[in-house]
Formats: sequence, structure tokens, C-alpha cells
Amino acid sequence: MTAFLSPDPAVLDPAPLDPAPLDPVAALERMMLIRAYEETLIDLHGRGRAAGTCTAVGQEAPAVGVVSALTADDLILTNHRSAGHLLARGADPGRMLAEVMGKRDGYCGGKSGSLHISAKELGVVLTSTIVGGELALATGVGLSRTMLKQPGIVACFFGDGAACEGRFHESLNLAAVWNLPILYVCENNQWQAFVHRQETMAADGIAGQAAALGVASAVVDGNDPLAVHDAARTAIAAIRRTAKPFLLEAKTYRLRGHFEPDDQSYVDKAELVHWRGRDPIPRLRDRLERDGRLTAADAARIEARVRATMEAATAFADASPYPGADALTTDVYA
Amino acid sequence: MTTMTVNDAISAALAEEMRRDPTVLIFGEGVATKRRDLLEEFGAARVRNTPLAEGIIAGTAAGAAATGLRPVIDLLFAPFLCYAMDEIVNSAGKLRYLSGGQFQFPMVVLAMTGAGWGVGAQHNHNNESWFVHSPGLKIVMPSTPADFKGLMKTAIRDDNPVLVFADIALGYTPGEVPEDAEAIPLGKAALRREGTDVTLVSYAKTVGTCLQAADALAADGIDAEVIDLRSLKPLDEAAILRSVAKTGRLVVVHEASRLCGVGAEVAALVAEKAFASLRAPVLRLTGPDAPAPASFPLEQAFVPQPDAVVAAVQSLMLDVVAA
Repeated sequence: MTAFLSPDPAVLDPAPLDPAPLDPVAALERMMLIRAYEETLIDLHGRGRAAGTCTAVGQEAPAVGVVSALTADDLILTNHRSAGHLLARGADPGRMLAEVMGKRDGYCGGKSGSLHISAKELGVVLTSTIVGGELALATGVGLSRTMLKQPGIVACFFGDGAACEGRFHESLNLAAVWNLPILYVCENNQWQAFVHRQETMAADGIAGQAAALGVASAVVDGNDPLAVHDAARTAIAAIRRTAKPFLLEAKTYRLRGHFEPDDQSYVDKAELVHWRGRDPIPRLRDRLERDGRLTAADAARIEARVRATMEAATAFADASPYPGADALTTDVYA
Repeated sequence: MTTMTVNDAISAALAEEMRRDPTVLIFGEGVATKRRDLLEEFGAARVRNTPLAEGIIAGTAAGAAATGLRPVIDLLFAPFLCYAMDEIVNSAGKLRYLSGGQFQFPMVVLAMTGAGWGVGAQHNHNNESWFVHSPGLKIVMPSTPADFKGLMKTAIRDDNPVLVFADIALGYTPGEVPEDAEAIPLGKAALRREGTDVTLVSYAKTVGTCLQAADALAADGIDAEVIDLRSLKPLDEAAILRSVAKTGRLVVVHEASRLCGVGAEVAALVAEKAFASLRAPVLRLTGPDAPAPASFPLEQAFVPQPDAVVAAVQSLMLDVVAA
């Protein structure tokens, strides 16, 4: 279910959607790959082979739903929970794991780790671990799209925590004033590091702030990739038609702690149980099985494929060498 | 030769580079209001006013730089850079490295600072050394209109983020600028006065202070050499060491406060690499560890003056290290 809030009624007009609608089985497989990737990371960390990491377990739907609505020309800026966005964009899980393990074959040669992965070949300009950093740079990427007459739009993923930063206001305000083609995607996962959103915000959500800044917005069930995808396509069509930014708020939930390992002792158990019941992966899988679009054998084949992909990725990352000491001071300056 | 002020030299450099390269644009607080000539020539898309929000101005520049533009941003006053520290230091300065060289950040940050306008410490804070200490950034702080023009041109062409600090007191100072001024390389100091007895190293408005002191010292028969660093990172180490090897004495003069300032770096450099040349201790004349006051006499007292430089040099001439 998608509720649109807009300061500009024209944005509500139906628009041709592009690209094609999301194949739900493909969406399920991509979400399962993202989940398996993050579980692999947690496992590798538990065995002392990778640094601790921030996961987005439970938030796979906005990643798959939004990224699948982008075209090859579009650019992505994201935050410290970026694995889903990268994998949804087609990143090689082996190169991502290599990056997290500090290896030479990682997307950034091992200098990023998990917290700053960018991948120019995929149009991923930035993973910002400074909360709100992606909001600060997104306007510039939108400006370059406009000034250089590039066809792409900018997708900027941030959380409810970043929405409490001043940069959220600054970024949306400037994007609205300068007519920048930016899809702001707030993955409202209810948690801001170790603090629940209800402790830090009087408002019930983020999207309500957009209208005051002259930005159209919508709220979508962030645990349903198909709903997210439809909302993102509609939002992107509005951006292309109006040349104005759009804020899409996906209501979702971070099922694991802030930074692995994390015992989640601070999490309300009833709330966690409630959201586990809305886990986007079993939810979509059950729906597809009910609708007769996925058999148990299909699901087993997908699971096997995902497992094989992660085994190959882990082997690739393991085999990749560490960077040489000479890399310490390369790429500081052009 | 044309005579122009520092402010006009900055605009002239911008105009030339914007003509040369269509990806160069400038935005900031009042840019389109104040630089009308640029607005008229290049239009509202390339000369933009912005909200009074330094963080998003700098972030927008970094994002634009990473994806094909060469933005110049005017953040007005150096203390305002505090609102943009994250974007300048954490993003523009670090993301080339963190991306393994995938992205580059060709952008220029303009900011004014220094005594001379009585604006007090939230508009006047010579914080250039903070940025010298931050990896991935280059910093220039010129002293003449010709250098402002030449270094601005180089800064715009450079593929790294470059901060250009403009001394408020120099803004309306006229100077000769060659018609066909070429870009001046970053990291090259200018020898403003040759001398054999003592090296005075400075940058920005205190270069003039050192030149006045050198004239006074000449009347006493002391021959001072004056080096204008112009560029604080990269730092022209060779020019400093070459001069100290000749004179054996060094006084570093700047308006920024002493602790961990550029003078500390210059002194340490000489201690490490030219210790045997020194015939006297290295001295630093700097602003105090205090916010810059608004009151005119206090503001002037904040800045090293020529008589203090003269006195420091005279003390060094007496303080001969035993052979």
C-alpha cells in the first residue's frame, strides 16, 4: 500500500513506468542473496576473519525494490548499511567480501572496508559512514546530472537517523530550489544506532517533513519489495517528468543490532517478534508459494544457487592477497 | 601589466578558467549577487547563489566534483568552514583514497580570514593549519593579486580539493598582474627578497610585515631574505632549506596561532633537515592562543608587527651558537 503526499497535485498523475515491472521470483532470489551475504559476513567476523560490520538484515526489500527501478544511467549514494544496495545493483559478492576483508581485489582495493564501498562501474558513487554524508553529496551528483545533461537520476539511501541530521533539511531544500533529479529513499528502520527512533523524533515518520520543503513524497511498506518497486517507479517517473526531487519513505525494521556482534539486549522483545513476523523474505516466499508462482523445488534451487554463490565469493575473497605496503600512501592525491 | 585588487584577480582567474573549461562553475552565499560580471558572462547555471548553509554547499561541491564538474565554492569566512568540515575533510579529502582512486574531487573552496575588518573571531580565524593536517587537501594562502590569479587558476585545474584562503586585509590591495598570467604551480614558494643573514618565512599579509621589517633591518646592516610560502600544502621544503642553508637563521611569521601552526612545521622541518646550518635558535612570531578580537587596536595587536620581527631578528644576530 502506497500513500502519496504531495505539495504538487501534478505529481499524482499516472506516468509511464520504466523499466519493466519487477519479477517477484527474481526479487526473492536477490533478497536471499543479500541476506546470505550479510550472514556470511557475520559468520566470518565470528571466526575472526573479517571486521565487525553494520548489517541491514530485514531491510532487503527497499534495496531490491528501489534499485531494480533504476536504469544503468542512474547513480547511487548510500550509507553504512549498503550491502543490499550494492548487491541489488549487481555487485560481485566476492569483490565485496574481499573489500570487507581488506583485500586487494575489493572494489576499493581494501581501503574502504565495509563502511565506504563505492563502485564506479556500477554507478555507486558513495557509501557514507558519516550519517547524512550521502545527503550532503547527493545534491552535487544531481547537479552534475543536470549541468552535464546526463539522463540519469540520483538515488540517495539514508535512514531515519540521518533524517535527524541538519543535512537532511539542507539537502532536500537545495534539491527543491535547484530542481535536482534526486530520489531520496529513507529506509526508516526504527533504529538510530543503539537508540530507538521514538526516543529521538516526535513525528511518526520522515515523509511528513518533505512537503514543507517543497518536495513530493510517499510512504511505502518497506518490507514488501514489490510495493517498494512500484512506489519507486512512480516516484522516478515523477522526477523525470517534473525535474524535481522526491522523497520515498520505506517503513521497515532492522532485525539485527547496530554493529555486529550485538546482543540486542536493548531491543523490545515484542517489537522484534512483531517485525520478525514481517520479515520480507519468508513473507514474499509464502506469498509466491500461495499464488502458485514458486514451488518448494524452485525455492530449493534458489537456495542452492545462493549458497554456491556465497561459497564461491568467500573462496575468492580468501584467495585475494592483501594490498602491498606501498598502497598505504597511494591515491591520497591525484 | 594591469593593476588590480586581489578580489578582482580572483574574479579574473575564475572568468578565464570558466571560458576555458565548461565544467567549471561557482556557487555560494551571494556569489551571483557580488560577481555580476561572471553571472552576465556565464549565466545563472554556472554562477549560483545558495542558501546560507555551508555544509550542503561543500557537500554539493564534493558530489559534483566526483561526477564530472569542477566546482568553486565561496564559503565567505574561514570560521564558517566549521559547518563544512565534514564535507571538506571526511568527504572531499578522504573519498578518493577510500574509493581506491575511483573518484576524484577537483574543487576549490574560497574563504576569507584575518585581521583588518574588525569582524571578530566568528568571521576571523586563521584556521588554515587544520586543513594542512587533513589528508587529501591542498592549501594555498597567497599574498599578491598576481599570485591569487595564478594560484586560483592552478587550483581550479587541480584534480584535488584545494582551499584558497584570502586575507581580508589584502582583498582591496592593488597590485600588478601580468596580462597573460599563467597558472602558478602549487607548492612553489616565492623569494620576495634576497638576503644572507636571516630567513623570514611567512605567507599572506605578514609577508608584507616581513618585507617592512627587512627594510628596517637593512638600515642596521642586516640582510634579511623573505620567503612567501604561498602554498601551505604542498609545502616548498626545498626553498626553505636552501635559504636556511645560506643564512643559518630562521624566523617564521604568521597571523595564525602558534601551537601546531604552519610555523611549527617549518621549524621542525629545519630542525630535522638543516640543523647543522643553524647558527641560532628558530623563532616563531605568531598570533596568540586567543580568539581574534573585534576592537581595532586589539586586532592589530593580534598580528605580528614589523617592529616585533625586527626585534626578533636582532636577538638572533646576538645569539650565535658556539662553533
